[in-house]
Amino acid sequence: MTADPSTFRFVSSNRRVREDRRFVVGNGHYVADVPLEGMLHVAIVGSQYPAARILGIDASAALAMPGVHYVLTGEELAGAVDQLMNGLDTPNVRRFPLAVGQVRYAGEWVAAVVADTRALAEDASEKVRVSYEPLPYLTKAGEALEPSSPPVHPPHGSNVLLDKTFVWGEVEKHFTESPRHLSFRVTWGRNSTVPIETFGVVASWDPWREMLDVWASIQMPKYPDQIARALRIPANNVRVHQDVDVGGSYGVKRGIKHTVLVAHLARRLGRPVRLLEDRLENMRGGDAHGPERIFDVDVAFNDEGIVKSMKMKALDNAGAYAGRAPFQLGKPIGAIVGPYKIESVQYRAQSVTTNKAVQEAVRGFGQSPTNYAIETAIDKVARACGLDRVEIRRRNFIRADEFPYLIPSGTRYDSGEYHTVVDKVLAHIDYPALQAERDRLRASGLLAGIGIAACLEPSGGNSSFEPLLNEKNQTTTWMDSARINVDGLGFVTVTIHTTSAGQGHETLAATVVAEVLQIDPDLIRIVRPDSLACLPSNTPVGSRMAIMLGGACFHAAQKLKAKLTRIGAFRLGVAADVATYENGAVADPASGRKLDWAELVNIAHRGFHLLPPDTEPGLEATHVMQVPTGDKLPEGGRVQMYPCHSFEFHMVLIALDPVLGKPEIRRYVIGHDCGTVINPHIVKGMTLGGIAHGIGAALLEEFVYDDEGQMLTQSFMDYLLPSSHEVPQVEIVHHCTPSPFTVFGQKGSGESGYLGAPAAISGALNDAVADLGIFFDKLPIRIFAISDAVAAARANPTGKTAV
Amino acid sequence: MKVALRINGTLREAEVEPRKTLLDTLRENFHLTGAHAGCEHGVCGACTVLVDGAPMRSCLMFAVQADGYEITTIEGLAPAPGELSVLQDAFCETHGLQCGFCTPGMILSSHALLEREGSPSRQEIVEAISGNICRCTGYGQIIEAVEFAAERLRKANAPRGSALPHVGAPGTEPSAQDDAAIEHGILEAATAHDGGPK
Ligand code: FES
Ligand code: FES
Repeated sequence: MTADPSTFRFVSSNRRVREDRRFVVGNGHYVADVPLEGMLHVAIVGSQYPAARILGIDASAALAMPGVHYVLTGEELAGAVDQLMNGLDTPNVRRFPLAVGQVRYAGEWVAAVVADTRALAEDASEKVRVSYEPLPYLTKAGEALEPSSPPVHPPHGSNVLLDKTFVWGEVEKHFTESPRHLSFRVTWGRNSTVPIETFGVVASWDPWREMLDVWASIQMPKYPDQIARALRIPANNVRVHQDVDVGGSYGVKRGIKHTVLVAHLARRLGRPVRLLEDRLENMRGGDAHGPERIFDVDVAFNDEGIVKSMKMKALDNAGAYAGRAPFQLGKPIGAIVGPYKIESVQYRAQSVTTNKAVQEAVRGFGQSPTNYAIETAIDKVARACGLDRVEIRRRNFIRADEFPYLIPSGTRYDSGEYHTVVDKVLAHIDYPALQAERDRLRASGLLAGIGIAACLEPSGGNSSFEPLLNEKNQTTTWMDSARINVDGLGFVTVTIHTTSAGQGHETLAATVVAEVLQIDPDLIRIVRPDSLACLPSNTPVGSRMAIMLGGACFHAAQKLKAKLTRIGAFRLGVAADVATYENGAVADPASGRKLDWAELVNIAHRGFHLLPPDTEPGLEATHVMQVPTGDKLPEGGRVQMYPCHSFEFHMVLIALDPVLGKPEIRRYVIGHDCGTVINPHIVKGMTLGGIAHGIGAALLEEFVYDDEGQMLTQSFMDYLLPSSHEVPQVEIVHHCTPSPFTVFGQKGSGESGYLGAPAAISGALNDAVADLGIFFDKLPIRIFAISDAVAAARANPTGKTAV
Repeated sequence: MKVALRINGTLREAEVEPRKTLLDTLRENFHLTGAHAGCEHGVCGACTVLVDGAPMRSCLMFAVQADGYEITTIEGLAPAPGELSVLQDAFCETHGLQCGFCTPGMILSSHALLEREGSPSRQEIVEAISGNICRCTGYGQIIEAVEFAAERLRKANAPRGSALPHVGAPGTEPSAQDDAAIEHGILEAATAHDGGPK
């Protein structure tokens, strides 16, 4: 930590979020609001089959319609562009924006129809005749492990994308020595972040300037590079406009296939081309599903409930192409023991292809499912030992005096005060009273349960999981940057080099620069240059922007302040380390003489003769920031994953009518520690939004496929997002354990709430039904699953039911 | 066919296909892009506009059906350029949004509630916004915003004319003064002109 919290003026203060003004008047600038002269529109022809050979595509009827310009097939596209980037070393799992020769999931994009309007393109898409020869298919991850399963990518040879076992510490020894063991299986259902704005992209090509302009609803590291590679054009021929507001992403807005598709069409047709997914294209073929994972967990522990060792097998159903799915098994390695002192871990990560839609990065990048598995284990150990679920967590927690704490898989946790946070939450909620309330509800004939979850939010995202899972990948930086310019009139403009999807980065940057320069944040303009004028950024992934953009702004502002101080000190005739900087003025403390902001600006911009020797004119500073602690390649299957670790502790009381089965959240309290908070409004919003999202994952949301390989949940009528009725009032208990690795002690909060809510809700429901012998072992736990299980248990009171 | 729509108090005409939704017409024909397409099947509420004061899903209504009704879009709520309604300001105060995509619909639904109920209970607010899905916020700060706005409206506070900050001051534009030395720094600018760039 570099800054002294006692001096904070703007950091941690309850200032408004500057972005909000434009949105409340409907003046956001989303991709659908980008008007280009002569723009054409795309609609997609999706596959009806989960697996089939494409025998032919007859577009003649579509092309005969007035206003229809083109029908693009996978065959043509594959000849014109390179395959999309594949993070793993699986060269035969080839992916193009449109299916080539074969479709691999129902809804996969087969052809793109271009017309004067979207409505016309949709009409024409119905006239495109595709003849298929159906092929065998599979949808279940378990089947995909069978060598006899129909291969989704025959040239790859099997459906296994990744099968890697890590052993960290003396797992077998600890299992042998531990008096007690238990094992279980839990399943995380396929869901996603499903932003209310679908993905959209507009591209235009200028053949004389040789420039591809792109506007997109994007949140994707290395986006321009990936476009350039796929299109085989120089990267400086790609200009991505970053001043596009993104209508929610939470990880998934990475429409590279959409972008390559429209970019090719724009070049081919010489007109700007736009593709805005409709909801069906988005949910079925937008390649934005999240993890679908089966966990087999064994834990070794003793009678006191101390967990010594854990074996976890995570089998993930990636869908039809690799996408980011395998890596979402890798990131949780950085917090594989959660907040607990588990001494050794065996982790087997398996990723398989099936005939389902492709995964994209989803909030937490695999951490929330993993936390669900870990927390289920802790609950089960508590039950086996007859211990209270809070007590068992306290016994296993890393203690505050043990930080920085090295976990078996190689990550050093930065800081935390888990016991204190739990104490604060228990005091706030009055735990005995909560238990009494649960018992009162039970006595009244309802089912009621308390759920508890403790977990970490690894933050400050780097990409250490890439070299860990793919030795050919040697990446050790995942930088972010900021540039500050003070103009000739003394006004400050800061550039940030990414799009935002509601995380308030403009507020973050202004707050941090203002803090360092000691000027009013409202006087600072934040702009986002297009990608050709950008410094490197890896975008808001991995809960990293408070740490990385905040850090870059801090360091750039420090450089600027140092320059101002040097200029002032030189004019005042004192050494730079003697002069003081305060509120934009530089003073000689001995004489009291000072130069104010205007004088310093004038010298820098107009008085070269007044500058210290070897000083560049102007007032500008940039900083490209390396991820703290993320500077080494993996060694022996161990690596430092993210630098910072926020902590959250959830307690929830759920009641439900045993016949109806509809869970009602009666109380929801979260203890949250993300170190120094830069803007309290933003962190609060992230946490509440994350919990709502977690409620969806736990109770409502799932992309369900039937036995024919068709996705059943294709609209918001079937795929249910939590509304204001389903989300309770949440109480937040704050705690602050600064991170030693960041400039203000801040940690990440972009995934907060979501990382523990599913585990807590599952815990509450299982507490509610435990006495009936029911254990819900799969998320989401839908209403009908609850009422069916309760009815079955009551009809057959002796049997154990795993649902 | 021709439609004549009264939008935010002004009568506006357009030539549209009969199958064109009100949402697409507002966005494409009238460039009122505050209404958003989230699902286009009537669930998310991002396309909400007020039709004779009542929240409606403009994705489920054809433009031709809206003929003769009073339509209010988010663009019609702010009292003047650069200003905010009390409710809009309350959303800023509590940060009742993140990405802003659901926000116009959310504000219009809340606006309709406050028009008919000056002291809504939490339950009434929850009910009023339950047809608007927000994926970002978990609704907490939205409900706080509506409560806060109701309170301020009850206290009959005039909408705060929030000064839109402007850069510099008259006479300091570079064009007027070429590259003359500045007299005021950023700190003086703050006090002298009551604002600066946002
Ligand atoms: S876009 Fe109209 S309800 Fe979703
Ligand atoms: S603010 Fe993003 S969906 Fe509501």
